[in-house]
Amino acid sequence: MNTAATAAKPRLKTSAMIASFADPGQKTTSAPFGHALVKAAEENPAIVGLTADLGKYTDMHIFAQAYPERFFQMGMAEQLLFGAAAGMAQTGLVPFASTYSVFAARRAYDFLCLDIAEPNLNVNIVGGLPGLTTGYGPSHQATEDMAIFRGMPNLTIVDPCDAVDIEQAVPQLAASDGPTYLRLLRGKVPSVLDEYGYTFELGKAKVLRGGADVVFVSSGLMTMRALQAAKDLAADHVDVAVVHTPTIKPFDAATVLAEVDTDRLVVTLENHSVIGGLFETVASAAVQAGIGRRIVPIGLPDEFLHAGALPTLHERYGLSVDRIKQTVLASL
Amino acid sequence: MTLTTDSRQDRPHHDAAARRSHVEAAAYRMRHYALNMGEVQGQGYVGQALGAADMFAAVYADQLRFRPLEPDWEGRDRFLLSTGHYAIGHYAALAEAGIVPVEELESYGSDDSRLPMSGMSTYTPGMEISGGSLGHGLTIAVGTALGLRHQGSGARVFNFLSDGELDEGSTWEAAMGAHHHRLGNLTAMVDINALQADGKTDTVLRTEPVADKWAACGWFVQRVDGNDVGALLAAFDAAAAQAAPEGAPSVILCDTKVGRGVPLLEEREKAHFMRIEEDEWQLCREQLAAGYQGETK
Repeated sequence: MNTAATAAKPRLKTSAMIASFADPGQKTTSAPFGHALVKAAEENPAIVGLTADLGKYTDMHIFAQAYPERFFQMGMAEQLLFGAAAGMAQTGLVPFASTYSVFAARRAYDFLCLDIAEPNLNVNIVGGLPGLTTGYGPSHQATEDMAIFRGMPNLTIVDPCDAVDIEQAVPQLAASDGPTYLRLLRGKVPSVLDEYGYTFELGKAKVLRGGADVVFVSSGLMTMRALQAAKDLAADHVDVAVVHTPTIKPFDAATVLAEVDTDRLVVTLENHSVIGGLFETVASAAVQAGIGRRIVPIGLPDEFLHAGALPTLHERYGLSVDRIKQTVLASL
Repeated sequence: MTLTTDSRQDRPHHDAAARRSHVEAAAYRMRHYALNMGEVQGQGYVGQALGAADMFAAVYADQLRFRPLEPDWEGRDRFLLSTGHYAIGHYAALAEAGIVPVEELESYGSDDSRLPMSGMSTYTPGMEISGGSLGHGLTIAVGTALGLRHQGSGARVFNFLSDGELDEGSTWEAAMGAHHHRLGNLTAMVDINALQADGKTDTVLRTEPVADKWAACGWFVQRVDGNDVGALLAAFDAAAAQAAPEGAPSVILCDTKVGRGVPLLEEREKAHFMRIEEDEWQLCREQLAAGYQGETK
């Protein structure tokens, strides 16, 4: 009797820790950051890797396996992680230090700011679970990491879309002089941008496709969604351009504003709070340039978000392709 | 070329008494420098500078390997000042070491000076880190020691911190990390003056038993009178004797007296930020000189 009752219950959606945001059947690459770091380390002996008990969850374990003598486990101690990364950089090494974005941005901010950013050291901060990429609730969801970091002088902020972005960004982050923050996508990461003749250039935005009616300005995994939504909106006879801005700071205002300053509807798409992220970056650049355009923000609400399964949450908070299409059609 | 002379070559290490008086003389000059700097501002962290002068002197006049005219020399030992407001004491040491010109000390804390009130690596030659946000120095020192050892350098890392910084959790993250990574090239020096911004350390946040805490974290621990140069040098020697590139990190806990060397200030009610009247500075200098001459007779 009990068995029958259990069988009749609908299967519940769960908040899997390592939830993937890849669509079913999508082409993916495994641990692109870890493999890119190994490749960069082959060419640059100064590169070292550090983590705060999250090597396996930030793809740093790939580097640790390849270069055990160049990998430093700092324990679940994020202040030590970033202070020590600063100390190592001062001796001429090029550290990549990984943890979750929430711990980098919230817990270790003072150490990133004063020990790394103020002396402008080449420390590369790698933050897992940026924005809404876990169903674990606010303790793990870094919905305001860019808002926190944008005010930090000297820090370069990179929000990659996919495996292509990550693979190409890593050697450029290592080669750039000052500190960087990478919003890491880990595990099986979609590969999307190779279909667009795209190359990642630190500090540059790229127009991925043109369109007569709407301009999407997007970063991070939302560029993947933006490209899909642009394809789907063609069925509704809406022609959508997509501008991808993986570097949030310093911001490529020239490329983006050239696309914003037309008669098309402008929509920003970001895996981040609508406070302090891409939307406000674009809006402030437009205002400073004297461009008085309406800009529709697609991003996370200014709230502590729910726990749950990622597809459920992306639908709930407006990041799904369907919700993007609805927002665009309602805004035209 | 004299520019590249190792700072330790000239030191009279063959004779214990000469070694000690060499450091004491350096500490005496550094206390004068601190008073001179304090007078510019009329107040400041003079009490701490006087209290820690023997610690700074033991490091700069005896322990540290550096090249005065080449402060970024790759082979140098690193001295990391975590307690940023002790910069006044550190500047005195940098002047004594010949890294900062003595005549520049009068610019301490003034607009556009290379010697800001809180020490910053981006301002001052010989200043390895920007301290001041307390509890950072030892975390950076762990990375510096790891980085140097990883690259085959035999340079040592010294981190100066205060007992107030033992309140900060990050100090203990670093203490555990240094032990885990067996950083035998790292020496921490803790100035225990029992005074913090809001009052006596034992009323702000009890940190004792300090020695037991460090020992529990796996460090080689010594506790000495931080105003006794002989005891300080013996502690550095004992630390060096047990040091191995991959061994226990070493901590020297130094009990010091705020205002040490100037009775007027030693006896004043202890304050984190000491106010000294205009007519008192010369008296301070006279007391300092009298005390030093009395001790060295």
